[in-house]
Amino acid sequence: MYSFDYARPASVSEALEILRSDVEPRLLAGGQTLLPAMKHRLTAHSTLIDLQGIDTLRGIEVTEAGLRIGAMVRHAEIASSETVQRMLPALAVLADGIADPLVRNMGTLGGSVANNDPAADYPAAVLGCGAVVNTDRRDIAADDFFEGMFTTALEEDEILTAITFPLPETAGYFKLPHPASGYVLAGAFVCRFAEGLRVAINGAAPCVYRDTLAEMALAAHFHPDSANDLVFDDEDFTDDLHASRAYRARVLPAVIRRAVARALNPERTSP
Amino acid sequence: MQITLTVNGTPITREVEPRTLLVEFLREEAGLTGTHVGCDTTQCGCCAVHVDGRAVKSCTVLAAQAQGTEVTTIEGLAAPDGALHPMQQAFSTHHGLQCGFCTPGMIMTCVALARDYPEMTETEAREKLEGNICRCTGYNGIVAALLDGAQKMAGDDV
Repeated sequence: MYSFDYARPASVSEALEILRSDVEPRLLAGGQTLLPAMKHRLTAHSTLIDLQGIDTLRGIEVTEAGLRIGAMVRHAEIASSETVQRMLPALAVLADGIADPLVRNMGTLGGSVANNDPAADYPAAVLGCGAVVNTDRRDIAADDFFEGMFTTALEEDEILTAITFPLPETAGYFKLPHPASGYVLAGAFVCRFAEGLRVAINGAAPCVYRDTLAEMALAAHFHPDSANDLVFDDEDFTDDLHASRAYRARVLPAVIRRAVARALNPERTSP
Repeated sequence: MQITLTVNGTPITREVEPRTLLVEFLREEAGLTGTHVGCDTTQCGCCAVHVDGRAVKSCTVLAAQAQGTEVTTIEGLAAPDGALHPMQQAFSTHHGLQCGFCTPGMIMTCVALARDYPEMTETEAREKLEGNICRCTGYNGIVAALLDGAQKMAGDDV
């Protein structure tokens, strides 16, 4: 790691002040992605602004808009939260399947969503639920938030403070992880609301996206079998050493099928 | 910057660089070399320690992030008179180790798992050990130790 300064502000405004005045600052949430990247010298920063001291970034609460989860809430907290298990069990299952138990004790919701790794889990839930990303200055709809690989609508000096998940009638998440790294090769977060249906696909493409083909098929008939005959155009899919784009397109119907099956039987299952 | 951690019950204050990792603080500043560095890339779990009771990979935590916390390492598990912690005893009983390099991290992870999931099944135990890699044993002894250690810990109310 290259050398840096460390700051632990006690409020969002204090963090913003450092973020605006420093040369090349970076926000530090759990650090489970950032610190490995810095150790490899893939990235370097003048100051790490550790957000753990800001109490307003914590907490899981039920509001009129749904389930509001603070940016600094750790994966393990979401997985074990009785509120999340009761109100949005698919999110608890998703959180329980991220990386491993030790990483889940450090990694945070906000860190993962702000990083927008195409193979990360949370972006699928945020987009699948049509959640709202709350920041220090505005609310951003999930549909407008994820702009591309590792790119979001967040400004350079903007801090993600919480995510508000509207509560669906039912939801289900399934991912096909890479057997060694655990990163998602293809995943689907399926959400059914009274007003309609949303399907977010992660892992398969450079950025999480909503799949209209799957949404139409499932809106017509919300059943695992509805995914069976879907055929995906793989032109924009990721093609790398882990899986070809054709493979990702081929497994996606089965992935969606299992996500729907979980949505229809939302008991806690292993991830 | 000045960092104070309470390590195995003893406050330790050192002047360190902000980039100092928790595992470096423990090994080089506190002199506790039981915590190992295996992969140094957040995968193997050899560096597992407890920070305020939560098992974490200390190669991917800054010492600064742990400022003010209570850290427990493998050296802090056994009783002052040398009597092994039930999980350490279980690893001995079930041959949960061969070369021993992964063992400190395995045991620290298993102690945390036993507290969080006292009634875990064998399948769950195998899943929950995902973040700890052993290249000798084939895991069977480790899983047996985890399940037995968890039972003993529940009985002892540790």
